[in-house]
Amino acid sequence: MEFEPVIGMEAHAELATKTKVFCGCSTAFGAAPNTQVCPVCLGLPGALPVLNKTAFEYVIRTAIALNCTITEKTVFDRKNYYYPDLPKNYQISQNYACIGYNGWIEINVNGEKKQVGMDNVHLEEDAGKNLHPETGGAESLVDLNRAGIALMEIVSRPDMHSADDALAYMETLKNLLQYLEVSDCKMQEGRLRFEVNISMRRKGEQKLGARAEIKNLNSMRTALKCIEYEIKRQTDILSNGGKLNQETRLWDEASFCTRAMRSKEQAQDYRYFPDPDLVEVHIMPEWQEKIRRQIPELKDAKLARFIADYGLPEYDADILTSSKPLATYFEQCQKFHNNPKSISNWIMTELLRELKCREMEPDDCPVTPRHLACMIKMIDEKTISGKIGKQVFSEMLTTGKMPDVIVMESGMSQILDEKEISAIVEKIISENQDTVESIRAGRDKAMAFLVGQIMRATRGKANPQLVNQILKDKISIK
Amino acid sequence: MSLKRISPDDVRHVALLSRLRLAEEEIPPYTDVLNSILEYFAKLNELDTSSVSPTSHSIEMRNVFREDIPQPSLPVDKAIANAPEVEDNYFRVPKIIQEM
Repeated sequence: MEFEPVIGMEAHAELATKTKVFCGCSTAFGAAPNTQVCPVCLGLPGALPVLNKTAFEYVIRTAIALNCTITEKTVFDRKNYYYPDLPKNYQISQNYACIGYNGWIEINVNGEKKQVGMDNVHLEEDAGKNLHPETGGAESLVDLNRAGIALMEIVSRPDMHSADDALAYMETLKNLLQYLEVSDCKMQEGRLRFEVNISMRRKGEQKLGARAEIKNLNSMRTALKCIEYEIKRQTDILSNGGKLNQETRLWDEASFCTRAMRSKEQAQDYRYFPDPDLVEVHIMPEWQEKIRRQIPELKDAKLARFIADYGLPEYDADILTSSKPLATYFEQCQKFHNNPKSISNWIMTELLRELKCREMEPDDCPVTPRHLACMIKMIDEKTISGKIGKQVFSEMLTTGKMPDVIVMESGMSQILDEKEISAIVEKIISENQDTVESIRAGRDKAMAFLVGQIMRATRGKANPQLVNQILKDKISIK
Repeated sequence: MSLKRISPDDVRHVALLSRLRLAEEEIPPYTDVLNSILEYFAKLNELDTSSVSPTSHSIEMRNVFREDIPQPSLPVDKAIANAPEVEDNYFRVPKIIQEM
């Protein structure tokens, strides 16, 4: 019996607004606990929420980009449940009239184009953070700085059928949200989170099986591991004639598996009802149109522009525009120093390799566009060689120092002085008379050995073109 | 229109959702009280509302916004002033056990 997985996803993205969704508290990341809270987000009696216009418009912008039908009259509802990170004992969300419905997004799975449907896109508020001290103990600590931050929920249809589909979906969605400039999507800071709904059914069947909803996935890699685990777990049970229950499961990073939550905690009865503290929001066609015109340049347009404006090969432009932060990084470099192809080469090799192995976003890299552009300028001005450039790059990465400072401090400047190089060349020639003779006898390959000796003597600082030229002159003159 | 009666099990369920601990002997009186409240509101069923469209709000106001401009938050000592227990400016609460 062959089974196929049916996967749907819920994405939660914290919006890139300066303030929370219903109050003026700052959303800056990493502040001291409970310093970005006020009567509204603490849920103190009598405090009233007022909707952040920018947050609401960001969700409309996203819903438009996801090809959704925009709801004319939207309402906010209360979702009631008890948890210490939810001070009001209800979350303001949207249940009966979300901002957008029935959209779709195109994903590319190993070269094959597929469509994933969107059930809805809506706006709600984030909860606070619970800390469970490692030392054990019977207490949890609660920080409410995050409580009330604008959170956009994007609910897909169960249109994915493999871990690869799910990965392509997560990457495409993250990319789009970054291009739309509605969220920075930093998963390591919890600003983009995914939940997976997964069930198995016999191939060819239409009816959906009992699904597991999996929470606590803090990275795309974790989501993938979890999907692979669930496909195997559910297939094993079904193949052995077992039955699956609809349930909520948690990913356990330590033991690398999912575990069911207690049934009592699953008894969900959210008693949604319209929040009387907030009024309806009507999205008129003119307003929608205005927001549509504010959608920033998306990937395809940027790619075409990178080819036209900077004369980059399509291959380069495609990589540079693969994510919005990377494209921005490139354009900032270009502002400091005009050499698109060289900047592109350094980004595609050194920068991307380091970002990947550090799981870092371009704008968190200690090598800022200013650093990189300044270094490439030094190469173009022949202050350093490209080879030294690589050393400077790794030095910038660890120390964050500017390249001119690094070069000055460690004496890496390229030797351009012909007299200085001549002296070294003569010294190497006199120490390697045998090799020189063999070159004169026609063994051209031995040249490389001499060049290597000279570069070593100058610790790579001699200008290679000058070395070659001077060496040739000296050998044939003698 | 006949009214659906509230059962003792409904009372237990609502008590659980409201985190109220009710003794078994409290269930029957609460069942009676809630049923009488429901009967009182049932009077509204006598009104013909077929020509009235549903509303989510009692006032005709819409599209009320604030701009995305930061305002000062509370000083942390005020923010946690009402907390029964505090540790390093965090609210301290009984541990929430999520897993089995």
